[in-house]
Amino acid sequence: MSDPTTRPGVAAPRDGADTPDTDKPAAGERREGMSERSIGLLGDRKKARLDELARAGAEKGGVSLVRDAFRRLRRNPVAIVGASIVGLFILVAILAPLLAPHDPAQRFDELTKTLTVDNIPGASSEFPLGSDPLGRDFLSRLIYGSRQTLFVGVLATLIGLTLGVLIGALSGAFGGWVDNILMRFTDVMLALPALLLAISLVAMASRSSQWTVIFAVAVVNVPIFARLLRGSMLAQRESDHVLAARALGVKQRNIVLRHMLPNAMTAVIVQATLTLSTAILEAASLSFLGLGDPDINRAEWGLMLGVDGQRYFEVRPELAYFPALAIIVVALGFTLLGEAMREAIDPKNRR
Amino acid sequence: MLRVIVRRLLQLVVTLIALSALIFIWLRNLPGGPIEALLGERATPERRALLVKALGYDQPILVQYAKFMQRVLTGDFGNSIRTGDPVAEVIGRAFPATIELALVAMIIAIGLGVPLGYLAARHHGRLLDNLSIAGTLLGISIPIFFLGYLLKDVFTQNIHWFPPSGRLSTGLDNTEVTGFFVLDGLLTREFDATADALWHLILPAFTLATIPLAVIVRITRASVLDVLNEDYVRTAEAKGLRHRVIRGRHILRNALLPVVTIIGLQSGALLSGAVLTEKVYNWGGLGTLITDSISGGRDYPVLQALILLAALVFVVVNLLVDLSYAFIDPRVRVR
Repeated sequence: MSDPTTRPGVAAPRDGADTPDTDKPAAGERREGMSERSIGLLGDRKKARLDELARAGAEKGGVSLVRDAFRRLRRNPVAIVGASIVGLFILVAILAPLLAPHDPAQRFDELTKTLTVDNIPGASSEFPLGSDPLGRDFLSRLIYGSRQTLFVGVLATLIGLTLGVLIGALSGAFGGWVDNILMRFTDVMLALPALLLAISLVAMASRSSQWTVIFAVAVVNVPIFARLLRGSMLAQRESDHVLAARALGVKQRNIVLRHMLPNAMTAVIVQATLTLSTAILEAASLSFLGLGDPDINRAEWGLMLGVDGQRYFEVRPELAYFPALAIIVVALGFTLLGEAMREAIDPKNRR
Repeated sequence: MLRVIVRRLLQLVVTLIALSALIFIWLRNLPGGPIEALLGERATPERRALLVKALGYDQPILVQYAKFMQRVLTGDFGNSIRTGDPVAEVIGRAFPATIELALVAMIIAIGLGVPLGYLAARHHGRLLDNLSIAGTLLGISIPIFFLGYLLKDVFTQNIHWFPPSGRLSTGLDNTEVTGFFVLDGLLTREFDATADALWHLILPAFTLATIPLAVIVRITRASVLDVLNEDYVRTAEAKGLRHRVIRGRHILRNALLPVVTIIGLQSGALLSGAVLTEKVYNWGGLGTLITDSISGGRDYPVLQALILLAALVFVVVNLLVDLSYAFIDPRVRVR
């Protein structure tokens, strides 16, 4: 098995692990002061040169590491399938106005004419996938839906990532009581299963909107990113490159920002790719539970599946099938890409 | 070992208290709260004030919280705003339904997942392996409520193998003892009730089992693959031990350790999934209760208790799983 500290959702390393070295930064600073007094200018130049070397080394290592992973990724058919799906999805989202035959919000008289609760017009030459329950072109809504789905997924993931990385980095960088408080905070968030946490968050708003959904899905992912980053930072505190930087008197802030954070980011990016898939699924679940975006003009796959698809499943199951298929394929795409990326950066597979 | 248990228990208590405080404060400070939901927007200020007083919402928040905690610790969660029944009673009625569903789903997930994962690893790189990987990927990518509708459509509309919803057929007279209908039937020797309850359980349980099943297959497969490369397995094979012995004592005993951890974490997926599954099959458990408590005007006393209960179940299950480690893996005990 891989190292538990770098796996998301798995118990984090023992809290005691970081206690012995909490006084190290202070000691490092003291040493820095001493060296400046005794070696003076020479020390400064040396330090600058070493910093430069560290940066060059990190960059060179970073490029080759990423390139190495990328090379493995390119040879992996799973990655190619995943990347193609994701690429196509983004392309459709960008080109939606060109691809869609009609305005997704317009209600057509031809469709509303025969529209009743138990009869939703099917495919015709003008409307290839027929009507939605309000007499709008289903195909156009499906195509435009990619935009909104991408928007919700990406934004939720980005917000979750930012907050999580912030908490994880603070926790991993400072250790001690900061770490303790922040980790108890993530414990509270992790004490509720993902969807239940999202439901409680949405329920706390008096009425749901697109933003409550994005916010709820984002918050669910905060502890995952925080734990991931903290684990990686803690593991690095003990590692040689950080010890070396500290011994050279590199500032604590620079150690964290330049030496530790970049190393941890690959794992975070992989996790973000996987999170995009769960974010889309979670948003769909919230819509299904009636906690989604109440805007009836909004075309989003989760909403289309969770609200109309569910309500009219007996009348026209296609209303559920198509958005469901779209969600499944896109979720699969992000999962495949994410897993392939994880495999590519795993040192066990490095040859 | 004892020290670890005590520390984990303390952490658990702190987590739950923090959670209860957060939930309490958030829920209380929101606009359009339960007063609005009960009386509507056109309620007179007098009626509103009366209700605020009756519910104790006019007191300082700390006093409200202290009173709330005091009542929680004595098992009194107040009354449901929606129905007026005591919250403990409302939840108590729904609790066995969800636990029964989740347990059967877990049995399905483990019972199918571990053998499938083992077989996939044994057939590494061959058809069965590839099929199982494809299946697990599909399993985690499909919205389970959609799968629920799909199964329901196929197995109750097209071919009438299973009932579409509910926990028992209407008209079936069963005696309730524990609220777990399968168990009740056995206890009261009403075996037709047990059979009927099981028959109703199959579709929802399979729907709910999808994600844990997929995850368990993947973890078992990866873990068995790791173990298969170990020297001690080769040694055991070289010694000419019987396959059954190698499989049971050498491979599975070691490979199942990560699976046990995952089972704890998947109990969360079961609680989440139950909310969706119960809506599809009109199950009437905690999931149904949570959906109703939100959509029918936020029923805060019920919501509060439900969220706390879910957290308690999840955290305790994970604690038990962590502790069970020591019994399964002697190496943990030494450390």
